[in-house]
Amino acid sequence: MKFSESWLRSFVDPAPKGDEFTHLLTMAGLEVEEEEAVAPAFDGVVAAEVLEVEKHPDADRLNVCRVDVGDGVPRRIVCGAPNAAAGLKAPCALPGARLPNDFRIGVAKVRGVESSGMLCSAKELGISEDASGLLALPADAPVGEDIRRYLDLDDRLLTLKLTPNRADCLSLVGIAREVSALTGTPAVFPSIAAVPVATDLRREIVLDAPQACPLYCGRVFADLDARAPTPDWMKRRLERSGIRSISALVDITNYVMLEQGQPLHAFDNGKLAGAIHARMARAGEKILLLNGQTLDLSNDVLLIADDRRPLAMAGIMGGEDTGITLGTTEMFLESAFFAPRAVAGRARRYGFGSDASFRFERGVDFGASRQALERAGGLILDICGGQAGPLCEARAPLPSRLPIRLRPRRAAKALGMAMSGERIGEILARLGLTLSQDGDDFIVTPPSWRFDIEIEEDLIEELARVHGYDRIPAQPPRATLSMLPQTENARPLWRVRQILADRGFQEVINFAFVEEAWEADFAGDPATRASPIRLANPIASQMSVMRSTLIGGLIANVATNLKRRQNSIRLFETGRCFFRDPAGLPVKGFRQPWKLAALAHGGALPEQWGAPARAVDFYDIKGELELLLSPAAARFEKTAHPALHPGRGARVLIGEREAGFIGELHPRWAQKYELPTAPALFELDLDVLLEARLPSHAEVSKLPAAYRDLAIVVDQKLAVQAILDGLSRNRPGIVQEIRLFDVYTGKGIDQGKKSLAFRIVMQDTQRTLQDTEVDAAVQELFKYLRQVFAARLRI
Amino acid sequence: MQNPEHIAQDAAAAFAATNDPDALEQIKARYLGKSGQITELLKGMNRFSPEEKKLAGAAINRAKAVIEAALAARREALRQQALEARLAEESLDVTLPGRGEIRGGPHPVTRTLERIEALFRSIGFEVADGPEIEADFQNFTALNMPEDHPARSMHDTFFLLDENGKPARDILLRTHTSPIQVRYMQAHVARYVHLDAMPEIRIIAPGRVYRVDSDATHSPMFHQVEGLWIGEDVSFADLKGVLADFLRRFFENEDLEVRFRPSFFPFTEPSAEIDAAFMSGALKGRWLEIAGCGMVHPNVLRHVGIDPERYLGFAFGMGPDRLTMLRYGINDLRLFFDGDLRFLRQFV
Repeated sequence: MKFSESWLRSFVDPAPKGDEFTHLLTMAGLEVEEEEAVAPAFDGVVAAEVLEVEKHPDADRLNVCRVDVGDGVPRRIVCGAPNAAAGLKAPCALPGARLPNDFRIGVAKVRGVESSGMLCSAKELGISEDASGLLALPADAPVGEDIRRYLDLDDRLLTLKLTPNRADCLSLVGIAREVSALTGTPAVFPSIAAVPVATDLRREIVLDAPQACPLYCGRVFADLDARAPTPDWMKRRLERSGIRSISALVDITNYVMLEQGQPLHAFDNGKLAGAIHARMARAGEKILLLNGQTLDLSNDVLLIADDRRPLAMAGIMGGEDTGITLGTTEMFLESAFFAPRAVAGRARRYGFGSDASFRFERGVDFGASRQALERAGGLILDICGGQAGPLCEARAPLPSRLPIRLRPRRAAKALGMAMSGERIGEILARLGLTLSQDGDDFIVTPPSWRFDIEIEEDLIEELARVHGYDRIPAQPPRATLSMLPQTENARPLWRVRQILADRGFQEVINFAFVEEAWEADFAGDPATRASPIRLANPIASQMSVMRSTLIGGLIANVATNLKRRQNSIRLFETGRCFFRDPAGLPVKGFRQPWKLAALAHGGALPEQWGAPARAVDFYDIKGELELLLSPAAARFEKTAHPALHPGRGARVLIGEREAGFIGELHPRWAQKYELPTAPALFELDLDVLLEARLPSHAEVSKLPAAYRDLAIVVDQKLAVQAILDGLSRNRPGIVQEIRLFDVYTGKGIDQGKKSLAFRIVMQDTQRTLQDTEVDAAVQELFKYLRQVFAARLRI
Repeated sequence: MQNPEHIAQDAAAAFAATNDPDALEQIKARYLGKSGQITELLKGMNRFSPEEKKLAGAAINRAKAVIEAALAARREALRQQALEARLAEESLDVTLPGRGEIRGGPHPVTRTLERIEALFRSIGFEVADGPEIEADFQNFTALNMPEDHPARSMHDTFFLLDENGKPARDILLRTHTSPIQVRYMQAHVARYVHLDAMPEIRIIAPGRVYRVDSDATHSPMFHQVEGLWIGEDVSFADLKGVLADFLRRFFENEDLEVRFRPSFFPFTEPSAEIDAAFMSGALKGRWLEIAGCGMVHPNVLRHVGIDPERYLGFAFGMGPDRLTMLRYGINDLRLFFDGDLRFLRQFV
């Protein structure tokens, strides 16, 4: 809401000025978003009249004017403006004047002719960009009057960023009422008289949807001069409110909307047929609006219609066919109340909005509809002449304003500060609320212009607001202290992040909506790949589906960083991923697990002198994953994952649960996403990383351990995991640990075979082991390997 | 007989003349070996009379002891020399960089979230979480924003398509973290339904939120932290105390000016906007919008089954992205979501 401060001050003129005044508004919840002076600082400029114009003797483009500046002594002023002419009134800067940018005016010779002052354009005064000629003043401008006062240039333009609950402040009258309540300065509004009725022309009004439109006033105006000029004072106020002057009738409806807050609509009465109906749209109805849009109307749109056709989307916008034009001589003017719920969201649904819909969906004062019509009527008769018809009005039950009980003790509890009954009564009364007392309590009935006061809390807010939020104390928190749980069965997410960070991984945060291709390329779940979760209104096609994996984002990050010449890239992200799942909770139909993905690309180590350059591979990232999981251990099973190299990808199993995948990116995707080598990566359900177990002590043996090495030869295709799992399940009691310390293929080992060497650690907590039992245990393990995996001893 | 003393002198001179441990041992053999000069002297003693033997033996043994001592000293000297040579050879350029790995780090916004969580934990707030694909009810209706409420127009919402490609009306991407408080309160009420007095709720709820908006100051995905304190005696004055305290601790700036200004949110009443102003630095004296807050609207409490007559409290919401920008002097929100390591590594 943009308006002129001087217009506001014509209704209420409190003592605070300038910044103090804007601060007062802001701190009352009417945030002043912008303030702008109408004109920059200057002085010494008066309204003047050009009496005579003569050519400058020595300059083609200059004139020498004789100018009356109101002091009875016409003076000579040289001027180059093309519109300088005898009889023109224009601003004149007198010698000694200071114009914007500290431009000082004195008596000077211009090409040999003495000039005592300067006639000014609008640009020279800093009030507009118009430098085409002198700023022409109206013929009745009082010569000699200070131009700042005459053009009201000390005015400021204020823009309020109003919250949706304060529709009552979408008018000058409303803001004035609020300022009066805040400052205690009484507001004085122009008295509005009923216009004299001079014609019988009228229209019947039918409320077919009385809940949506419970009040409709209108009246016919005849013999209008639609071409009459808009008075300057009105134009100026409209322009300072950001509204362009169009024609007198349109300007008057806008002016009354700004002043009173009531949107009006003007129909060309000659184009209407029969009665005015406020009814819901019917299936298949269409309307061509003033903005040129043709809409198919749905049946929850409230219409103004005549006997034949829709005329307007009620409270939103009128129809093109029945709008007024400069040729209009007979007008039907509407001032109605449309219920917020009947207007809300409709314009937005069709992709537009209007000043009217903005006000109606927030609530327009239904107690002032008739008054606004009278106010407009008075201005119309003054400006465009003609005759007014009788007031036509139809009414149904209006929104109720029920009394609310306000308990001062409740207010004190909610605010943390007690206010006296007297102070409460004063604030409520100033806000125009009707109140009575019941013991300590107040019974309060809000006025027709307030749509945001329905319950006690709303009144408490009004008390706090008018009293001042800054006068409520800031209370240090008080609570019954009880310790928060610190469970050792879980590890906090920051700890997981810290481990990865310490291992060189940088956290990134990527958008949760991704390119559809990423899902097709990287999603492990076939259903998601085929039918990802699509947004209905993505802002761009590369952000159109919800991700089911974090991989796509990380790969894009690698590509971005490669372009920025980063080598040895290690990244991770944690975030929710999204799946359709009929059993999904808490939002039915969706599973939204947190995942963690990490990726390494390029050098296994940062480029350095101290270690040979080596590209990161599967076992690097697997090592990182194992470290991250430890002390828990995962099992790995080869898998075919669409994102991964078919020979270098595995499922990650924690106990029985498949918790994620790990591998090198499929070379196909490395090529598609322009990565010179395939990154190694993993993705896990985050919850498995947040599990931890409470450590429990097991006795450490003080007796010496026995070590034996066992080297075997097995089929090369055999997965080590199976052997380790088997050994672990079948180990004799004294075996504490089995470590794989060598894997070998090549010379000395048959084609298709590989050698595995295990170090077996044996120990007993109670006694020293004998060589015989140690050897027997190793034999037992080997026997198992021979039987199950056809292992041979490597000699 | 050769004079043992001379032999000893020769030996000592020969030892001193060599720098090679192997040569030293060979020289030693010349004197003390099987046919060494001292050994030969000892062998030659058979010819002596017992009296002579006694004298000669003593002289030979003295010489032998001298030779052995000289040998030991020379051995030690050569060992020392060898050690020094090795140490000299092993010396490193200690100024070469270490065999290094790079440390990564959390995302700057994560850093901020962790600090916020820690600060609120210190006064007994727990951290809550909730879904990002959210139901219309939790995101809007339960927060006192029924359908067509004008406040909904301030939340430009992402909607989803169903399996058939039709817009799914009741499902959306959450536009704020407030639905987390709705779900938390619902669960809290259910958990303590058997108790006469419900324990206080003190939570903060950080997370990603989504709005259809994208420019230098708006990202279609961004972060919020919601906070909630519900109890039998929690007031607007407490809200002011907690949040002013938080902002001064977060910015580690006791001089930070904080003001509460009336505002409107459908889910709080009274509602306030919190502005802060630094007293020094680049942003000195400018009021910066930091958070929205207010006393939880009774309709919200009713929606989750809490009696608003008995319990009341406050909620607040703020943008950790913006807090991060202010804290570290970042001027472009888009840097957060770009994955540029040159930017991110500054926050290790």
